[in-house]
Amino acid sequence: MRHEIIEKNIGLMIALIIVAISFGAMVEIVPLFFMQKTTQPVENLKPLTALELEGRDIYIREGCVGCHTQMIRPFRAETERYGPYSVAGESVYDHPHLWGSKRTGPDLARVGQRYSDEWHRAHLYNPRDVVPESNMPAFPWLFNSTLDGNTTADKMLALRSVGVPFTDEQITTAKEDVRGKREIDALVAYLQQLGTVIKR
Amino acid sequence: MNELTPFWSGWIIAITLGSIFGCYWLLASVRSNKKHANGEVPTTGHVYDGIEELDNPLPRWWYWKFVITVVFALVYLALYPGLGNFKGLLGWTQINQYEREVAKAEQEFGPMFAKYQSTDLEELSQDDKAMRLGQRLFSNNCAICHGSAATGSYGFPNLTDNDWLYGGATADIKHSVMNGRIAAMPAWGATLGEQGINETAQYVLSLSGKETNPEAAAKGKEIFATNCVACHGQDGAGNKLFGAPNLTDDIWLYGGSEQQVMQTLRNGRAGKMPAWKDILGEDKAHIVSAYVYSLSHQE
Repeated sequence: MRHEIIEKNIGLMIALIIVAISFGAMVEIVPLFFMQKTTQPVENLKPLTALELEGRDIYIREGCVGCHTQMIRPFRAETERYGPYSVAGESVYDHPHLWGSKRTGPDLARVGQRYSDEWHRAHLYNPRDVVPESNMPAFPWLFNSTLDGNTTADKMLALRSVGVPFTDEQITTAKEDVRGKREIDALVAYLQQLGTVIKR
Repeated sequence: MNELTPFWSGWIIAITLGSIFGCYWLLASVRSNKKHANGEVPTTGHVYDGIEELDNPLPRWWYWKFVITVVFALVYLALYPGLGNFKGLLGWTQINQYEREVAKAEQEFGPMFAKYQSTDLEELSQDDKAMRLGQRLFSNNCAICHGSAATGSYGFPNLTDNDWLYGGATADIKHSVMNGRIAAMPAWGATLGEQGINETAQYVLSLSGKETNPEAAAKGKEIFATNCVACHGQDGAGNKLFGAPNLTDDIWLYGGSEQQVMQTLRNGRAGKMPAWKDILGEDKAHIVSAYVYSLSHQE
C-alpha cells in the first residue's frame, strides 16, 4: 500500500479523516432534519410566555440543567415516577434544548403542576425546609432580584428567527409583562408549564 | 408521519451497507501476502532508527475478528430497525418494548391495587398489606410536601394530628387527594392598615388562649366580626367548605407567633393541594387516601 501519499500530505489526510468520521453523522443525524416526527411541534404546543422565557434563562443561568434532566425515557421505571415519556415534538421550540444528561436531582420534564407554586418557592428558598434529606443548593437571591425586561423582546425576536412562533403582540408587551417581577416568580412560572402539553 | 421519505431511507441504507461492505473490501484487499519473488517481505517504507516496518498482512485471528463484526452488523440490521424504513425481522421498537413492559407490570401489579377499590377506606386502613402499599405511594408522591413522616412543615399540613382543613372523613380525604384543594386567604393589609392588622392578630391569638393585649383584642374582635366570620365563622372555628382553618385550636399552618399571624393577615395565604387523579389513577389514590386516614387513626 502507498501509505506515503496520505501520510505526507496533511491536507489530504485531514480531508479524508473528515469524510471518514462524517459517515455516522450523515446516517444518524442528517435524515432527522427532514423527518416530521422531529421537526413538527406536538398538538397544542405553545411558545413560552415572556415571564416563562425569563424563567428559562434563570434555569440556564443557575445551572439547573447540570443536575436535572428534562427527558423521560421510555422505560417503565421512569414513566411510573415522572409521567409519560418525552417525545421530540415537545422540544421543537427549545433553543437550546435542556434535556440534560445527568440526574443528581429528579427529572423535571413533567414537573409542571405537580406541586404548588408555594411549594416551589419554599423549596427554592431553602430545599431543606420542605425536603430535609435534599442536597440541592438554595437559591435565596432569586427572591430579591427583579427583572427589568430590557432584553426580553430581543430574546423573543432571536428565537422567532429560528422558528419559535412568538406573536408581534407578545413581543411588543414583553417588557411590561416581566418588568418588576421577581426572578423567583419567573422561574416558578417556567417550571409550572414543563411537560403540561401532554397529559397522562 | 413518522416514516422517512424514500430518498432518506435509501440514503441511510446506501451509506450503511456501503460502509460495511467497504470495510470488508478493505479488510480483504490487505489480506494477500505480497512476498517478493525471492521470499522477502516488502516494507512499508517506515524507518525508525534503522528499524524497518514490514508490510505483513493482518494476523489471522485479527482478520477473523473483523469478519465477525461485519457478520454481526449484517445480522443485527436484518433483525432490528436500522436500515431506513425497514422495520427489521423481529418487529422490535423501543416503544413496543416499553409497552410490553408496562402491560406486564399492569397485569402483575394492577390487580394488587384494584382489589382494594371496593373496600371502604376505614376498613382498608386496617389492612396491613394495603397500608404497606399506601406507605410506598405516599413516600413517592406526597412526602415531598407533607414530609416523609407526614408531619408536614411550614405551609404544608400535618396529616397525623387529626386536625383537618377540609374534613377528615374518609370521603373528604379521598376528595382532597383526587381533586386537590385550593385555599385563598385574602390579603387585608390595604383594607385594615397596620394597626387594624395588629388588633385583629391580637384577637385571633386570644381565641386559642394566648396572652394578648385585651384592649387591642377587643377592637380586633369588631374587625373580625365584620371581615373574617364569613369564612372562619362567628366563633373562629373555621369552615371546612372553604378550608378556612379553625383558629381556636392552637394548630397553625403558617405559624402561630404574633409576627406570623400578622404576616398572614397582611399578605394573605394561598395554599394549594394539587389534584392526583390523573397522576396516580383512582386505584392508587384510593389506597393512599386510606393510608392518610390511617395516620391519624393509629391504635
